[in-house]
Amino acid sequence: MAESDNIIVETAEKIFADLADPQTINNDRKDAWKAPLWLALSEAGLPLAWVPDDLGGSGASLADGFALLNAAGRFAIAVPLAETMLAGWLLAQAKIASPEGEMTVLPASPKDRITLNPDGSLSGRVRGVPFAKAAKHFAVLAHGTGGVSIALVDAGKAKIEAGLNVGYDDSDVVTLERAAPITIKPAPKHLDQTTVMLMGGVVRSLQIAGALESMLDISVRYSNERVAFEKKISKFQAVQHNLAKLAGESAAALAAATSAADAIASATAFNDAVYLEAASAKIRCAEAAEKGGAIAHQVHGAIGFTIEHILHRYSLRALAWRDDFGSESYWAVELGKLVANRGADELWPLVASR
Amino acid sequence: MTAALRFDPIRLPPKCEELRKEVRAFLAEEMARGTFNPFKPNREDTDAPEFSRRVGERGWIGITWPKKYGGHERSFLERYVVTEEMRVANAPTRRFFVADRQSGPILLKYAPEHIKMDILPRICRGELCFAIGMSEPNSGSDLFAAKTRATRTDGGYLINGTKIWTSSAHIADYMIAIFRTSQPTKDNRRHGLTQFLVKMKQPGIKVNPIGQITGQYEFNEVVFTDHFIPDDHVLGEVDGAWKQATSELAYERSGPERFLETYYVLTELVRAVGNDPDTRSAEGIGRLVAQLHTMRRMSVSVAGMLQAGKEPVVEASIVKDIGTVWEQQLPHRVRDLAAFVEETASNRETLERQLDFAIKTAPKLTIQGGTTEVLRGIIARGLGLR
Repeated sequence: MAESDNIIVETAEKIFADLADPQTINNDRKDAWKAPLWLALSEAGLPLAWVPDDLGGSGASLADGFALLNAAGRFAIAVPLAETMLAGWLLAQAKIASPEGEMTVLPASPKDRITLNPDGSLSGRVRGVPFAKAAKHFAVLAHGTGGVSIALVDAGKAKIEAGLNVGYDDSDVVTLERAAPITIKPAPKHLDQTTVMLMGGVVRSLQIAGALESMLDISVRYSNERVAFEKKISKFQAVQHNLAKLAGESAAALAAATSAADAIASATAFNDAVYLEAASAKIRCAEAAEKGGAIAHQVHGAIGFTIEHILHRYSLRALAWRDDFGSESYWAVELGKLVANRGADELWPLVASR
Repeated sequence: MTAALRFDPIRLPPKCEELRKEVRAFLAEEMARGTFNPFKPNREDTDAPEFSRRVGERGWIGITWPKKYGGHERSFLERYVVTEEMRVANAPTRRFFVADRQSGPILLKYAPEHIKMDILPRICRGELCFAIGMSEPNSGSDLFAAKTRATRTDGGYLINGTKIWTSSAHIADYMIAIFRTSQPTKDNRRHGLTQFLVKMKQPGIKVNPIGQITGQYEFNEVVFTDHFIPDDHVLGEVDGAWKQATSELAYERSGPERFLETYYVLTELVRAVGNDPDTRSAEGIGRLVAQLHTMRRMSVSVAGMLQAGKEPVVEASIVKDIGTVWEQQLPHRVRDLAAFVEETASNRETLERQLDFAIKTAPKLTIQGGTTEVLRGIIARGLGLR
């Protein structure tokens, strides 16, 4: 998806290029770029891309939204675009209209739970919630005695312990203590916490794939500029082979993430095949973030380790995104269980069905 | 931006899934009649002429080729399905696979009409086995260092020299080989090699088997002594083989055979751990399946690009690089996990026997058909580094 082939991606890329240039952002210690960027994204209807028109959004397809998030990954965007899109998508599943402004999703880890109390209030403590501090509202998936519900909650009702992930983005602990939701409705039958985590995982996979594309790009460029031992370092075979491996990791991440996005966008049900696609994407992209990011840094040497250089915007964020909505080791265990449960002779048919 | 790598999410069309069912049913029949045992990859029956003919009867060799040459004018994606099902089942495809994958396509492009009419239909019927004559004792990855001479004589060429590591030469009916017809020029060291069709089992050709570390004898030394090749067996431009070699590489490098060679150990591991795996086994299996799925999706994507008439040489090289490294590591990762399998697992012995063989097979996987180093060089060139 390196070329923009749809209008939403084109619009987003123009906004990112104008208002979220990585070097400009990196030099700006006061985060003055954040408000204009968010305003432009909102005016273009992008944060609510996955919300239908009648629920206050811009009604883009899942596929277009996924392509947009891949582009956001290429720019390592550090505003809650992905989180607001996910929250809007989740609310729309229960036909709840989305408000304006930043949102995020609770919980953001498969092991955390929000409980729907008998009195209709919500309780629970969930960790590692991306951009909770910046959010005005939460889209919440809650478990009650009657099943799973989806709720819109005012962020002011929650206690937030601020934190940062390894990419220096907000990653907070959110506690709801008998918080009254603005709206709450039962989740549709096909939707549970696993589907929300897989959906979030695919979003993060696309962002990681995008970040890796950019890491490859700036690493190749740097190797063609930097001179050592009287020649460009791109002429050293050891460097070439490292960059070829980075290209492989970037390609694997892109293939896994876009395949999973396509699987979800065209799925009629969240069956084993979609599970394979989505879990595999998160596992493989997280592995690529580690291996690919290490090579990008190796090629850059010390300069890439400085806070002034833009490399860390991609490398650290890609590493941080591994943790959201279930880490690769979590999904590997779950996918392994699924495969074992289906039995040895059903493994190949499952793989070949994609 | 760097030239963007593309791996669009190509899906196999429904007719591929119909074909897949047919292939699976056929392979089940073949196993039932004892043609091969899918659990024994190190069997002695890798050369299976009768099986080869029956695959030909089904129309699964030369599946994409024109009908006038015995082909079936079906898509690369259909060929993909046949290839992956055969590979996963450990079917004995040795006799026809090379001809189907690369020798046939080379003949289609460069052979004179009467040779195409003679040979291609027989390949499609599963009657012919091909070998590839590239490497020589002092020329492996450095293809253009080949020295085996083709000297002009009345009506053709006399061949003198030695090819080596030639898989299947001992059973092959034909070989497609490169021989030196001129010396390299100062400004082009790749100049001077010509591609030939060689009829095997003829005077002047001696095939000496070479034992492999797996205990098998699959590759050979092929010695040519004044072996005569007629003019109409020249394939393409004299001295210009270097122009012809690259475009086929995308086909050769991105197929399912580039990551499924040791797949059987993963199936048996899943069988051995049973349906309630401990956390360590589950995580290990989950990661391997995620990696396998990703590679297959990349490989299908390249097949889709080939079908669309593109030449994704860099993407194909990436698939082979990642795929072969993976299939090389797979037996070792499975071995790690197998250490925790219960003594009572019903297939324990099968798994151990398979691991034994797969671990011995592993070293060749990143060498054959283009080493990892060569592939990374091609990828680096694609990235604009060379």
